[in-house]
Amino acid sequence: MSTDALALPRTELASRPIVARLHDWVTTVDHKRLGILYIIYALVFLLIAGIEATVIRIQLIRPHNDFVSPPVFNRMFTMHGTTMIFFVVMPVLFGFANYLIPLMIGARDMAFPRLNAFSFWMTTFGGLLLYFSLVGANGLYGAGNAPDVGWFAYAPLTSRTFSVGHSTDFWTLALLVSGFGSIGTAINIVATVLCMRCPGMTLAKMPLFAWLNLVMAGLVILAVSPLTAAQIMLLIDRYLGGHFFDTQAGGSAVIWMHFFWIFGHPEVYVLVLPAFAFVSEIIPVFSRKPIFGYSVMVGATVAIGFISMSVWAHHMFTVGMGANVNTFFVLSTMAIAVPTGIKIFNWLATMWGGKIEFKTPMLFCIAFLFQFLAAGLTGVMLSVAPFTWHLGNSYFVVAHFHYVIVGGILFALFGAFYYWFPKMSGKMYSETLGRLHFWLFFIGFHLTFDFMHIPGLLGMPRRIYTYEPGRGWDTWNFIVTIGVFFQAAGILVFLGNLLWSYFRGKAAGSDPWDAWTLEWSTNSPPPAYNFASIPVIKSRRPLWDLKHPADPDWKYE
Amino acid sequence: MTTTSLTLPLTALEWRLPSRGRVGMYALIAAEAAIFTIFVVAYLFYIGKSLSGPMPRDILAPPFFYTVCLLSSSLTIHFAGKALRRGNVRSFGAGWALTITLGALFLYGTASEWHRLIYRDGLTISTNLFGTTYYSVVGLHGFHVVVGLLGLTTVMAFTLFGAVKQEHTERIEVLSLYWHFVDVVWIVVFTVVYVIGR
Repeated sequence: MSTDALALPRTELASRPIVARLHDWVTTVDHKRLGILYIIYALVFLLIAGIEATVIRIQLIRPHNDFVSPPVFNRMFTMHGTTMIFFVVMPVLFGFANYLIPLMIGARDMAFPRLNAFSFWMTTFGGLLLYFSLVGANGLYGAGNAPDVGWFAYAPLTSRTFSVGHSTDFWTLALLVSGFGSIGTAINIVATVLCMRCPGMTLAKMPLFAWLNLVMAGLVILAVSPLTAAQIMLLIDRYLGGHFFDTQAGGSAVIWMHFFWIFGHPEVYVLVLPAFAFVSEIIPVFSRKPIFGYSVMVGATVAIGFISMSVWAHHMFTVGMGANVNTFFVLSTMAIAVPTGIKIFNWLATMWGGKIEFKTPMLFCIAFLFQFLAAGLTGVMLSVAPFTWHLGNSYFVVAHFHYVIVGGILFALFGAFYYWFPKMSGKMYSETLGRLHFWLFFIGFHLTFDFMHIPGLLGMPRRIYTYEPGRGWDTWNFIVTIGVFFQAAGILVFLGNLLWSYFRGKAAGSDPWDAWTLEWSTNSPPPAYNFASIPVIKSRRPLWDLKHPADPDWKYE
Repeated sequence: MTTTSLTLPLTALEWRLPSRGRVGMYALIAAEAAIFTIFVVAYLFYIGKSLSGPMPRDILAPPFFYTVCLLSSSLTIHFAGKALRRGNVRSFGAGWALTITLGALFLYGTASEWHRLIYRDGLTISTNLFGTTYYSVVGLHGFHVVVGLLGLTTVMAFTLFGAVKQEHTERIEVLSLYWHFVDVVWIVVFTVVYVIGR
């Protein structure tokens, strides 16, 4: 390794006083450090929101349980949803995008490094603001502290009349502030992907990871902004006496639903496109084949981006929007299953005939494929408006979207953690612990979310803090809660693996997977400047070309 | 394997990428446009839904003069940028100062209109739905004019200290994009509030 000399400054860094090193982290504008900050921040909130989920499930383990009181239960599901979406999944995906995009496109940093740091700290303060409500929101005695209006905060529950005190203000301000951070990061990703590619990397030669994150960033720009607008309206209503969502003065509660879900549904694709991006990088490497149908994958991604902007009102079939509106959103929602299905077939075709290596990242990606397919199928069921009339707001819906977010996004994310951990830390993770994590989490996931569909079908509504015995819900809820403990054990093994491997793991080397994208051409962890000299590429798999000079990819592309 | 060996010989590869300043600004404009879209949709949705007066027909008068001011500031900033591209810093400064003046004049127009609406017609943001949506949309736009003016004034200060030169044309033009956007938004707001909304 001729670049071993680069390891020298690192030992000097390590000997500096801890305050100086912390100061380096706080003031950093390096995309890799910000990426890691995003990821650690998200893991902390993952623990918090996971504990909230556990509280919810313990409360529901048997009928007439009184583990927590009804108001606390409301706070738990509100904080769980808000935290998981805005302060776990989005930051962790931004973290991976931040860390990997410049490395994959052969750049030395993001397009706007200081905007990058600004966005991270905005997101951070948003999360802190949300949890500061626990001490700061108790404006009125007995009015409650943490937000308790549900993660989509329907009007008129958020009006001053029904939400006294300041808990809703903390909720709306936290989302407003972190929303500015998200928009900043999205602008940065778009500018980086379009303007910072290394010579030779045309759009058609970018790794799919960069493509999917480009579309994701475009969606953030178009989808988080409406949420920002809606939060400003809510603040005007609450602080200046406005009437946007005030039905007493002619305002409309339904328009809040529209504005929220104009954000809310594209948001699902904001979260899932980076998961697709991970899978599109991991599956080819562990199948030892290039991705099947690159251009179709790009086309399907862009199609998903467009269609996802026109499906939001399928969250509102039970509101009574009229037959024409319902029909439009039924059809558009069904249509989005087509490009998504194309992707699944492409991943399967990539694996077909490949020399599959069942390493931990690949295990998670294979589970992702099947679970995401199942999640998509219940999604198609729910896209049928009359079906939603029966099952809207039931545990069937809860099971469906957790299947997407946990079974799809989180599994892909765990795959990404194991796949890029050697690059980020320079150490190899423990394969044994990785497999243990996979099987614990896999079993826990299926115990919880497979069986959660059934009480939904039997009529159990979401967000109830307890239920009567003898409705046929008892056994199912018991199984669902037992699954949570398996998942929690899996998460603990995962965190233990990360920590243990970071301090005790074997050195990983720059390219442990024999992979093909540019991030594996530099050291692990990469030096601050990423590449000693900016690479020049001729195909989608520059490292393949380098390793096989007799048979390079660019001859065929 | 070394990192340097990855540098394949570059054979007559011309490599040009879009300017990140422009792409970043276009992305910001897209985000802002989405925010304005939501506010404009809310305005259109709530036209005629106020339960009590005053109504827009009775108290709103289209601010033609100040609209002309704001829209013509797009022309002045355009010519200022062209002057800088040619290297003529003096006429750039003149065009820039004129732009700021026109923008400030527009803000004065909004301020005096609001003063009249509040103190003569008794319309505040909490009076009725019309008040809520009107002050929100016009106020959001006014806020963007203020932000734009802060940016323009910063450049003006640098110009007066002689720090702006021909090589800054690209950055100046990126800032101008934002100002053009603010002007275009006003065309939409004007149409919605003073034409359709009355």
